[in-house]
Amino acid sequence: MATAAAHRTARTDADGARTAAGDTAEYERAFDAAVAADERIEPRDWMPDAYRATLVRQIAQHAHSEIIGMQPEANWITRAPSLRRKAILMAKVQDEAGHGLYLYSAAETLGTSRDELLDKLHSGRQKYSSIFNYPTLTWADVGAIGWLVDGAAITNQVPLCRCSYGPYARAMVRICKEESFHQRQGYELLLALSKGTEEQHAMAQDAVNRWWWPSLMMFGPPDDESQHSAQSMEWKIKRHSNDELRQRFVDICVPQAESLGLTLPDPDLRWNEERQQHDFGTIDWTEFWEVLKGNGPCNEQRITQRRNAHDEGAWVRDAAAAYAAKHTGETGAKQA
Amino acid sequence: MTATVPATAALALGDDALVLSHRLGEWAGHAPVLEEEVALANIALDLLGQARVLLSMAGDEDELAYLREERAFRNLQLVEQSNGDFAQTIARQLYFSTYQQLLYTELAGSDGPFAPLAAKAVKEVAYHRDHAELWTLRLGDGTETSRERMQRACEALWRFTGEMFQPVEGLDADWAGMEAQWLRSMTDVLGRATLTVPEGPRTGAWSAGAGRQGLHTEPFGRMLAEMQHLHRSHPGASW
Repeated sequence: MATAAAHRTARTDADGARTAAGDTAEYERAFDAAVAADERIEPRDWMPDAYRATLVRQIAQHAHSEIIGMQPEANWITRAPSLRRKAILMAKVQDEAGHGLYLYSAAETLGTSRDELLDKLHSGRQKYSSIFNYPTLTWADVGAIGWLVDGAAITNQVPLCRCSYGPYARAMVRICKEESFHQRQGYELLLALSKGTEEQHAMAQDAVNRWWWPSLMMFGPPDDESQHSAQSMEWKIKRHSNDELRQRFVDICVPQAESLGLTLPDPDLRWNEERQQHDFGTIDWTEFWEVLKGNGPCNEQRITQRRNAHDEGAWVRDAAAAYAAKHTGETGAKQA
Repeated sequence: MTATVPATAALALGDDALVLSHRLGEWAGHAPVLEEEVALANIALDLLGQARVLLSMAGDEDELAYLREERAFRNLQLVEQSNGDFAQTIARQLYFSTYQQLLYTELAGSDGPFAPLAAKAVKEVAYHRDHAELWTLRLGDGTETSRERMQRACEALWRFTGEMFQPVEGLDADWAGMEAQWLRSMTDVLGRATLTVPEGPRTGAWSAGAGRQGLHTEPFGRMLAEMQHLHRSHPGASW
């Protein structure tokens, strides 16, 4: 394949000497051809600066979301109502930390570092998903997060398994497998509540009422207000528009809500025979932008907890570094 | 084949694992580094798994976990101690996992009712101990601050360590032998970590370990209140 060959040549050259100005146009053509041919871009390949910057931004934000996303669920670990549910929840929160680690590693292949990214998170220069700025007020929220929030995340992320950047695409394959498992567990948790006592059913309905709209907001602003979309789609980082994915999610959720015996809090939600899709009500975009600006119910709390964990852990990281410096080159530091 | 499981022993071991798992679960979202989020949750999950098997040997796991009051719990006072700083969590983990490894190794080699559980758990516990030892070394032999904190943590928890070797009814083990081995192991690890083995009583006083008799320390009641609240608010519900 001509494009692949050209791209590989560019890879080798870029690895050797600095790119001469005249070569850039040629590298760019090879890059564009590789993307057009659905080839994967790998860390040592030449890539446009803006492509690199977009990926760093997106992967970092994704990693931060996994880490901040541990908080609303961890909020219920110590209160989980059965040992089985407690084990499931602990495993899930542990998986999220693991997803954060994969994603920081993927971002690091683009020439940044985890420390640098965490610093940007802590100082508010990089964002995380707005959904995690909502509070978990009852046990049912753990189920609603699994079903709706993880469900929305999967709808967003499955197409990323085919993203043009190899390390990100491969991380997403692993992450999506675990996420689908979490999503099923969330659904099953809600089902148990919905079919349980009257109080449990009410708890499940209340959680769905509070999480439905924020979950729809996870797909981002409407297509005509999404600043990065067009370029990301051209680069095959993104495969579908925000509104397309949001529609897909609504269509998946409606029958699931029915079989759960729960309603979705939208009086305008109905099947459109003509479109063969559901119509649904208007999202409160004012709320969305407010949460994004830092004015959601938990923004302050989430970032403060993250900063505190990091600051309070500084002496531990310093100790590990000092120990490693003293003992480099030693074998058998790990004795039985 | 032994048909009857000694309930006292199943509760003692099960409560240890349940309570320590709960404490470790409190770290979620607060760990000093992401790798420790994974490691602490992993250890907590192993312990919760052990607790579920052990409590099920004594009755219904959820009834036992959620509907007993403080005075009916049989766990060691050591495992109910609050997390404190990372050093305190590691010291608690070092003391307990070393003990648990010694005990489970013995039980795995016996023909008693706990042999199958112990045989599986001993592999997990070896990992827990490795993790605690490595952090003891890093903190002890790290910076001046970390060394001070680790030393303080080892001392603060020392008085809870004697209880581990008081014989538990229904558990056939060489308690004195295990204690001697445990002390040797501590001397070795703390020595390598440039720390001093604490002095002071490990048994005898009221506060030096009576958890096996249902006498606990003050933070424990608060921990149970949080753990049991939701379950108790919905009597008879299933989850």
